[in-house]
Formats: sequence, structure tokens, C-alpha cells
Amino acid sequence: MDLNGNAAIRVRNLHKAYGGHDAVHGVSFDVAPGEVFGFLGPNGAGKTTTIEILEGYRARTAGDVRVLGVDPGKPTRRWRERIGLVLQECELDPNLTVRETVGLFASFYPSPLRVDETIELSGLGDQAGSRVGALSGGQKRRVDVALGIVGDPDLIFLDEPTTGFDPSARRGAWAMIDGLRRLGKTIFLTTHYMDEVQHLADRIAILRAGELVAVGSVDEIGAGLQADAVIRFRLPGGITADDVGAVVARPVELADDIVRIRCPDPQPVLYRLTTWAEGTHRLDGLEVLRPTLEDMFLALTTARAEHG
Amino acid sequence: MTPPTAPIATTTAPVRFATNPATGPAPGPGGGLARLARETWILTRRSLTRIRNEPETLSDVTIQPVMFTLLFAYVFGSAINLGGPFGGTAAYHEYLIAGLFGLTVIGTLAGTAVGMTADMETGLIDRFRSLPISRSAVLAGRTVSDLVTNVLGLAVTAATGLAIGWRIHTGPVDALAALGLVLLLSYAVSWAGVCMGMVFRSAEAAQQAAFIIFLPLGFVSNAFVPTSGMPGWLQAFANWNPVSAVAASCRNLFGNPNPASSIDAWPMQHPEAYTVLWAIGVVAVFAPVAVYLYRRRARS
Repeated sequence: MDLNGNAAIRVRNLHKAYGGHDAVHGVSFDVAPGEVFGFLGPNGAGKTTTIEILEGYRARTAGDVRVLGVDPGKPTRRWRERIGLVLQECELDPNLTVRETVGLFASFYPSPLRVDETIELSGLGDQAGSRVGALSGGQKRRVDVALGIVGDPDLIFLDEPTTGFDPSARRGAWAMIDGLRRLGKTIFLTTHYMDEVQHLADRIAILRAGELVAVGSVDEIGAGLQADAVIRFRLPGGITADDVGAVVARPVELADDIVRIRCPDPQPVLYRLTTWAEGTHRLDGLEVLRPTLEDMFLALTTARAEHG
Repeated sequence: MTPPTAPIATTTAPVRFATNPATGPAPGPGGGLARLARETWILTRRSLTRIRNEPETLSDVTIQPVMFTLLFAYVFGSAINLGGPFGGTAAYHEYLIAGLFGLTVIGTLAGTAVGMTADMETGLIDRFRSLPISRSAVLAGRTVSDLVTNVLGLAVTAATGLAIGWRIHTGPVDALAALGLVLLLSYAVSWAGVCMGMVFRSAEAAQQAAFIIFLPLGFVSNAFVPTSGMPGWLQAFANWNPVSAVAASCRNLFGNPNPASSIDAWPMQHPEAYTVLWAIGVVAVFAPVAVYLYRRRARS
């Protein structure tokens, strides 16, 4: 397959069986060049199995997989030069320093990034001379990230890259991933932080029990789900929930004096509500909550689980 | 902790996605070998850097040879008489050092196996599989760095030997040939150690298995005592044991007492050739098995 405008990753009807049990069951998706693709799913859904097949670490049972045009089951050296990995679990040699470790990996690539620049980029500038064994968990994770990008790859697999990071370190990692995107890198990202894919991913795929339940942009998946927005405010004194329900002509939930109205389109409901309240009632704490990716994720992965 | 935004924004690395097809032509055989050598050297340096950062891991080739030499020279050696023209303590010290060189060969098995399991346990070896390097280079890097530590071990043993009266009575060419034979078979054995390191799941298990092999091969040999006093069936094993051949080669080449030269067994009459044959055989069997075991890890 040629790469001119075609997929960086193409997966068709991928299957992986372990002793008769299908861990991955007929998964198909494409990742476009230069795209940040978020791969989500609860534990045990087959995320890691899929990413390991794409990375060439695991053989597949059936299906067609092309990563940068190459079957990862038959990897070539040129192919490996263009792939960068940040594995989920990777213990590094504790007796080497950060600079020695990154330098070691850099030495295998034909045109690596500069070692010190990569270390700086990964937020480890102050630890370059420290031994890996002396680093904290989050710092070790950043060494993993440095090793994934030091070869200046075209396609980067990030398997839960910010696990164990504190909030500011996560922001730093996001900025770095944004920077990689700006350089035109294709990024395949698994994470269990919903805000992470919402912030970073151009498109996402959601995996449940070995099958894809959704593929698309966050907005597309949200629209397909028709997840309701929620209008929320404090119930004004002397008013009952039924009064509010009569105004908006929708069911109303009340808990601890907080009114919640679910609606697919909040604009007309808000209009009726504010017109009714204008000059007579105060709607304290009025806000509209859009469905978050987390809501969609839970809706997709739990609603169907009840059927299955 | 600073968000590293600025450096990447200024990086001007070209985006090579469309212009750098993944399926390039395979490298020619000459280029492939040169690259294998380069990758092996990088990975050897990795292991050696690790040792430099944690020198206490070297005790098996520094303190241990000294202790072994002194233990055998003064504890067991005090009760060992080689007999005939080789009688006396001084003769035993001359005899002993080549035996310890033979022991180094079989000791390599445990050294490499433990180093290999340690690397496997951490996942580092698995991480290397994703790199654009030859599978053999990862394993060769391990064996070459063990070769380097073995050179150190031999130097320590030789220095201790010189201190207790061992001498080389021939020329530098013979002496270097003896060391070359020891290192050749040690290097071959470390490929068997790589296989053990991948078969056993922990360093402890690999160490114990290696020790079970070390005991009969190391001690049922002429390394410490001549084989002529052993029961007949044991003599046969000892005379065909490659450790005996290494020790006998060294004794010949150093001009040290070598009672085995009068034993009517082919390996004792041609110990140098026998050692080389063993080295070739061990590499021919275990190097491909090691690469196969390493590759197989990807297929689960």
C-alpha cells in the first residue's frame, strides 16, 4: 500500500484469540497521517493487545494490519526506524543515567533528535545526570517518553503516557504531544484519562470487550449518542419542582434543592425558564452542563455491557 | 517540571512521513555485518557502562578469583602431591593457575545467564526489540561484554598466580595463544548462558541451574588434580571434559607441569584442537538457539 494520502494505520477485521477466547474481535479503523488518535476502553477491553499488535510485539490471529504501509508481523528495520514506542510498563536499566539511556537509544537511529534536547523536551533537564534507578515513577515515565521520541519517528505509540504524572507534569506532557503533532507526527494514544483525549485527540476509538463501539471525533461520537445536556440551578424559594416542570414542559429532577433538567437541546428550555423567572425569581448557580467525553464513554461502555 | 513547550516549537526536524518509505532495499551483506558490529559494540558499551556505575557487580571476576587461587593453593594444595617429577608445593602452584583458567570458562555460564535474566526481568531486552537493530546484536552485546569481564578475571587470576610463584616458561606468543583459547571457549559458553538466561525466569533459578552444570564440569576435570587417581569411568569423563582440555592447553603453552600429556586419550593428546572444536560446536548450537528464543518472545 502506498502512503500518498492514505492511512498511517489501517486495521481491518482484526482478531486475537487466546485459547479460544477472542480478546479482540473484528476491529477495523484507520488513522490518518498527522492525526492524534485516542484509543479508549476499560481495562480488559483489548486496548493493550491491539496496540501491541500494531507495535509488532504480538502476533494476530486474523485480519489485515498495515502500519506505515508495513505488516507489523513482518517488521523491517526501516519500519522500526520510523516508529517510536512509549510502552505501558518498561523498566529501564537502573544503573545507567538518563543521558546514557537516551543516548543509547538515540545511537540506533539514523537521524535522531539531539539527546540533550530530547531530555529537555521531556521535562528531565535537571535529571540528565541522575541514574534511572534514583528517579521517581513520574520521572521514569518521562524517560520512557524521551526514548519514544528520540529516534525522531513519524508514528509514535503512547501507551498511557501520563500515568503517574502530577497535574502540572501532565500539562507539560500535553504541550509536548501538541508540539509533536505540529511537527506532523502521527500519534496513537491510549489513556484512561478522558480529559486527555478530549484535549489532545483529533479522533477517538472506544473499545469494549474486544469490539469497537465508536470511532470518530469527540463531537461526532457525542452527536451519535444524543447524550443530553443538563440545565442545573438552585430551586428558588416558594417554588416546587412541579412548577418548574410545568414551565419547561419536561421532567425535572430535584435533589438537595438543586434542580436538574435533561434535554437534548438546551436553548429553548433556557428561553422558557429565563422568561418565566425574569424579574420574579432568582435562578442561583444556573449552568448548562454539556456531556463530557467521560459521560459518553460511560454511556457506551456500560449501557451495552448490560445487554451483553 | 517546566512544561517543555518552547524547545519543540523551535525544532526544525523535517517531517519525513511521505518521503521516507518504510520498505527500503535490504542492506548489502557487507553493510549488514558492519552495522551488526557497530550495534554489538554500542550494546557492549551499555553493559560495560552499567558495570562502571555499579562496580560491585564485578566481584565474581575480581575478589572471587583471588579467593579461589589462595584457597586451592594453600588449603587443598597443601595436601595435593602431583607425584613423580611434579612433586612439591611449588609445582602445584604452577599446575593450579591453568586449572583456574579452565574454571573461568565454565564459570562464564552462570555469569552470562544471570546477566541475561536480569536484563529480561527488567523488560529492557524486550524494549530493545522495538529498536531498528539486529536481534543478534542485542545478544552479541551481552556475550562480548562478558568476554571483556572475563579478560579482567583472567588478569586477576594471573596476577594472583604470579604472586604465589606461578610463572610462564615460554614466550609471549604461546602465552597469548593460551589466553586466546580460554577466551574463545568462554565466549562460546556465554552463548549457552544466553539461552539459559532466556529459559529461566529468574536470576536465582538460572544461577542454580548453572551451578549444577558448573560442579561436575569444573571439578571432574584435571583443573585441580590430575585425573589418573580417579576411578576409571570418572577418568573417561574428566579426560574428555573440555575444561580439562583448556587447562591442559594452558599448561602446555605456559610450560607448566602437565601430567595429562601422558594420558592416552585424544583430547589430552590434542587439547588445543579439542578446545577449538568445542568452541565451534558450542557457538554453532547455542547462538542460533539463543536468537530463536529471543525471536520467539514476539510471537505469543
